Amino acid sequence: MRLAQHMAVASERVTATAIEATEFPDLSRSYRVMAVPKIVINDRVEFEGALPEAQFLDAVLRAVAPAGS
Amino acid sequence: MPILAARDQDAVRKEFQRIQGPVKLVVFSQELVAGDLCRQNEQLVREVAELDDRITVEVLNPQIDRERTEQYGVDQVPAIVVEGARDYGIRFFGVPHGYEFSNLIDAIIVASSGEPQLTEATKASLAGLTGDVHIKVFSTPT
Repeated sequence: MRLAQHMAVASERVTATAIEATEFPDLSRSYRVMAVPKIVINDRVEFEGALPEAQFLDAVLRAVAPAGS
Repeated sequence: MPILAARDQDAVRKEFQRIQGPVKLVVFSQELVAGDLCRQNEQLVREVAELDDRITVEVLNPQIDRERTEQYGVDQVPAIVVEGARDYGIRFFGVPHGYEFSNLIDAIIVASSGEPQLTEATKASLAGLTGDVHIKVFSTPT
């Protein structure tokens, strides 16, 4: 969540939502959360575990890239 | 009984020395939906806010304060919005215990300054975003 929330402060286009998986089992099920932390960006790019800043940014950019690029 | 032990309070107070401006924590509580969790969440937020007078708390009930809840885009309780000079889009769904608690403290500090701790390269890339980015981070207390 740390990187996500700093990115939210950096850009008006970014929002960051932390979700406590055990308190929201339906939401966690619909996003197939098997391990935490699980990060889902624009319901399009997802990964498990903490990533270094550069790779996290790469995931963000992939989530907004035009389809097929 | 307080949620935060004395030594936790001391540690958070120390972190809060880095706060640079006012922060508002908007808490969403709905007794009928998740009474216990909403009470715990509200208590935890109030205990945190008591540690620094630059932090204020507002509690909204989604059923009563419908319009504002919708504006904040909150559709779950308990929830917390961390606002600094503007609403940066930082949300916590669920009681932020454990690891999420340190993220809440970090969110308060970064929202207070509006200055993210990211590399210049990351900031430049984010400045060039042409689409909206919604990041969800699922975690558990331990």
